[in-house]
Amino acid sequence: MLEVSHVVKLFHPGTVDEKVALYDINLKLNPGDFVTVIGSNGAGKSTLMNIISGVLEPDHGTVRIDGHEVQQLSEFKRSRWIGRVFQDPMAGTAPHMTIEENLSMALMRGKPRGLSFGVTRKKREMFREHLARLGIGLENRLKTKVGLLSGGERQALSLLMATFTEPKMLLLDEHTAALDPARAELVIRLTEQIVREMKLTTLMVTHNMDMAIRLGNRLIMMDKGRIILDIDAERKKHLTVEQLLREFAQISGQELTDEKLILG
Amino acid sequence: MAKALLGSLPGAIELGLIYALMALGVYITFRILNFPDLTVDGSFTTGAGIASVLIIGGTHPWLASVAAFFGGVAAGACTGLLHTKGKVNGLLSGILMMIALYSINMHIMGKPNLSLRGNETVFSDVSPLILMPIFVLAIKILLDLFLHTDLGLALRATGDNPQMIRSLGANTDMNKILGISLSNGLVALSGALIAQQSGFADISMGIGMIVIGLASVIIGEAIFGAGTVVRATLAVIFGSIIYRFVVALALQVRWFDASDLKLITALIVIIALVVPTLQRYVKQRKDAQARSQELLAASGSRKNSRGGGDG
Repeated sequence: MLEVSHVVKLFHPGTVDEKVALYDINLKLNPGDFVTVIGSNGAGKSTLMNIISGVLEPDHGTVRIDGHEVQQLSEFKRSRWIGRVFQDPMAGTAPHMTIEENLSMALMRGKPRGLSFGVTRKKREMFREHLARLGIGLENRLKTKVGLLSGGERQALSLLMATFTEPKMLLLDEHTAALDPARAELVIRLTEQIVREMKLTTLMVTHNMDMAIRLGNRLIMMDKGRIILDIDAERKKHLTVEQLLREFAQISGQELTDEKLILG
Repeated sequence: MAKALLGSLPGAIELGLIYALMALGVYITFRILNFPDLTVDGSFTTGAGIASVLIIGGTHPWLASVAAFFGGVAAGACTGLLHTKGKVNGLLSGILMMIALYSINMHIMGKPNLSLRGNETVFSDVSPLILMPIFVLAIKILLDLFLHTDLGLALRATGDNPQMIRSLGANTDMNKILGISLSNGLVALSGALIAQQSGFADISMGIGMIVIGLASVIIGEAIFGAGTVVRATLAVIFGSIIYRFVVALALQVRWFDASDLKLITALIVIIALVVPTLQRYVKQRKDAQARSQELLAASGSRKNSRGGGDG
């Protein structure tokens, strides 16, 4: 479904600030794979997400989604295959527009936008059904401006907007990091449910090791722009946080000191 | 004085409605796209110039006005291209286009002032006071409808959260160009109608137009609110009329003369921009102080009661 081959990305190439953000990254996801990505700050997790979604162009290598070579395509053209939820709850929705308007825009993902009405009665019914499944009462607030929702509500809405057109790929970029624990748990539960029901091929970046182990069927760890660990479904079942920390120390020859990563 | 006020009302409504088209254009860029577009000062005159030249040449006034609209669209498209594809700062791309348009307008008009006296205009058969309310309302409704289509939603999201709408597959560059074009089309149409109403087009008639547009948008929103698009566009139209009314009033005051108009307009916009910010600041400060007092009082009483219990 997703095939990243030999991708290299440099920031500030040729200057004193040169940074190898990604180095020879190879990653292949099969349809229905749910892969969690962990790594300390600056490991290249977000850069990888941005390369896949088209925010950044790789300096070398190819990205294929569902058989299409996409590394040259701009972000908005790739969006027909990719649903994305950002870390910042503000990022995934338009605050001055209503819930139903936001959903209408998500419904048109990757389709040419014309002069037919954005919100129709039929669509509204559909939105209500989908929102009801989130179980947080948004179905009764279709005409509420999204800016008035709490962070958790906005993130749940973003998740719905990213997925309900059943994209080929779902990218989750620390989408619970900015939420309080209770809200984060809700969004995680919704994520699990939606990914399972739609069998979405998912790549999820997280700072929380526990979450990375609990969710998905595969785990990769990144460090300094490389994938240093790739754990398959079988091994992942018995994985613990302590094991992960040990593995990291062994491979990278250093202790994992990022407090946020350890404690989640 | 009261009589003078009443007397200035029809004129204010008439002018306000024609300028409302320009204000709606400014609303599209300034509020919807979040892009302060200074092209307006040039494209207003472009519209007036195109319509006047065509009307003098014998074109039907409505056709000439439509041509003026498209002249504005072209000017807006240039600004949009400059900003999105050329990556030029938004304000600067507007300023560049405004300056370029000054020369272009001169070429269109051939001389700095064109008189339409004796020519047929859209107002020859119908009084502006009858024609303009219907026309402006029709444009407003069309604009409202457009802003609720799939394309219109994407346009609004382009101003509200470009990152999000790009991730949903909209070309934000195209949307910006489209919005700025549409905006300047309306501005040029407004210029074309003003030329026909006043009987002339002048090379400098667009100077300060952006500030007048901003004043109309801000006044309208402050008085009538801008909760929804339908409401905001209506507020902008009323804002434009009120602005004309304020101008008429200001001109009645003895120690103001016509050349002070731009200063008064700038002052209106400055007040409208600064006062809400100050109000918000004062309110936040007050709230924070009151709340911290509350917190202190609450913890103080808890401590006291605990202290009392121990003793």
